Amino acid sequence: MSLNNTNNPPLESYRSGPDDRGHFGIFGGRFVAETLMPLILELEAAYAEAKNSTSFQADFDYYAAHYIGRPSPLYFAERLTEHLGGAKIYFKRDELNHTGAHKINNTLGQILLAKRMGKTRIIAETGAGQHGVATATVCALFDLPCVVYMGATDIERQAPNVFRMKLLGAEVIPVTSGTGTLKDAMNDALRDWVANVEDTFYIIGTVAGPHPYPMMVRDFQSVIGVETREQIELAEGRLPDALVACIGGGSNAMGLFHPFLDEKVRIIGVEAGGLGVNTDKHAASLTGGHPGVLHGNRTYLLQNDDGQITDAHSISAGLDYPGIGPEHAWLHDQGRVEYVSVTDEEALEAFQLCCRTEGIIPALEPAHALAHVVKLAPEMDREQILVMNLCGRGDKDIFAIAESLGVKI
Amino acid sequence: MSDNTTDRVASTFSRLSKEHRAGLVTFITAGDPNLQTSLEILQRLPSAGADIIEIGMPFSDPMADGPAIQAASLRSLANGGSLRATLEMVRAFREKNQTTPLILMGYFNPIYQYGTTQFVNDAANAGVDGLIMVDLPPEEDDELCDPARTAGLHWIRLVTPTTNESRLSDVLANSSGFVYYVSIAGITGTQSAAAASIEKAVHHIKAKSDLPVAVGFGIKTREQVKEIGNIAEGVVVGSAIVNEIEQNLDPNGQPKAHLVESVISLVRSLATDSV
Repeated sequence: MSLNNTNNPPLESYRSGPDDRGHFGIFGGRFVAETLMPLILELEAAYAEAKNSTSFQADFDYYAAHYIGRPSPLYFAERLTEHLGGAKIYFKRDELNHTGAHKINNTLGQILLAKRMGKTRIIAETGAGQHGVATATVCALFDLPCVVYMGATDIERQAPNVFRMKLLGAEVIPVTSGTGTLKDAMNDALRDWVANVEDTFYIIGTVAGPHPYPMMVRDFQSVIGVETREQIELAEGRLPDALVACIGGGSNAMGLFHPFLDEKVRIIGVEAGGLGVNTDKHAASLTGGHPGVLHGNRTYLLQNDDGQITDAHSISAGLDYPGIGPEHAWLHDQGRVEYVSVTDEEALEAFQLCCRTEGIIPALEPAHALAHVVKLAPEMDREQILVMNLCGRGDKDIFAIAESLGVKI
Repeated sequence: MSDNTTDRVASTFSRLSKEHRAGLVTFITAGDPNLQTSLEILQRLPSAGADIIEIGMPFSDPMADGPAIQAASLRSLANGGSLRATLEMVRAFREKNQTTPLILMGYFNPIYQYGTTQFVNDAANAGVDGLIMVDLPPEEDDELCDPARTAGLHWIRLVTPTTNESRLSDVLANSSGFVYYVSIAGITGTQSAAAASIEKAVHHIKAKSDLPVAVGFGIKTREQVKEIGNIAEGVVVGSAIVNEIEQNLDPNGQPKAHLVESVISLVRSLATDSV
């Protein structure tokens, strides 16, 4: 079942969502237990207040500049451009952020809000560990205790990140319920939150969950797209022709896309196709799923006919989630953003290409975006401009990649 | 609308009131540990002392439930459990029992996939009396609450320790049948609340609503059943029963010979003091 309809008449603006109930069309919402509902409303009010506060914005800008290292460069990937022989390729280099990925843009924003709300304890879920590390980092910086829920399966796959979180003072709790992956970590984080409502702030890592999270995380990550607009204007004197970003939950993509949604820019999100979207081993919720309700929002989900959530698969632990942010689901149905998928194998090839041609070891997540760039750029004219979000560095992935390539390290 | 003209929930609470006792509300997950055993347990619950039965609709990601009830869901799903099978169980139960209220409890996604309108009609026709939906707060009433009430199903809302004064009226607004007071801010099967705090909360609800109140979460022993039974019209026991099922599985997850008997005698022991 697909509700995709690319014949929708264009809207005046694609940037006006969500409505006051947190809906993007039929997607989004607040599907949470009553115990959490008063907190969700409190959070919504606190965020609305903070958003319009100059001191909140000033704090965010200060730490973004001096702690994260923003703005991240917009880099012309000249050798890759020559190699592919088409559009000029730029990388938005969010892998150069402190902690090595875009995740910290969001954790910074949320912890500033948590402080403002007087919360004294932070919880988070993590899949690959990038969001967990980014959360543990800001918790150390702002001196708040931090508990990170992580699937037992993922803990085995991502030992270096588990150690990083512990070094930063976080408590990492292995999640064995369900299948022991990211969705189960999110279930357990919600269970913790429901039991510790008074003092605890839940820092969700992607543009999903109950309203206001999808909006709030998007706003914090939009720093990526806002900078990109300024930087490409400076470099090329105009907007790009195409944007490409990878999508698990979709926070780096939404951050890049959102400031461009009302411009004449082709926008493409790349899902993780795993072993192929025609197999049962992939994480492409838009391509292979259909609308449902999980983790507080309605969105596209991998599920069976009975509405039971099925396991996602991707070589990249960060894309290994059976859902996607509700705003992406809406942009998909509106036909405003194109969503495609690439396989594990294609991502691995693109990963190696990036290492050799640009001297950059990317994370497996943006390697998916790059795999699509490899297909797309040669089809575009040499005068055209393509921006890809290089949202994370690949140090964390070298063990998984070595294993996939049959190398022992 | 189902063909039953009597309101089984209302008549049950009215009978309990005449008997000057609180009702025992028992919870099992449909299809746990398998469909046949689960139906056997369900059919024997009323005579063991269950006044109202909550049937959990199995879901892969029950995020408001503790490990016991999540494990029950997964056992069910691994052995043929589904929303369709849950409704089949209700139909089979109703062939022999026309009086004990059956309340389906669970999460929205399986119902959303089934088709909301189709579901409320099929549920009412099968003999379901009401719904408790964990992940549908009043803010999402148009999703299922409105169609369910139109189809003649009770909409039983959860009130929690975090439900503040201003929300309580909204939460009670579209409630019917009874009100389920979640006695702890937390998940099922964990800690228990102090009777004094429960009593205060129940009085608070009663000041704003004429509906009977049932109290659940963290109630495991007959002493607790008795204590809460002095405060509220209904006492819900869930995880303790589900745990009893789990403890009567062999290492391969197959039910041991005395599983049904063990579960039924547990329920009987819980009911003893509330009668």
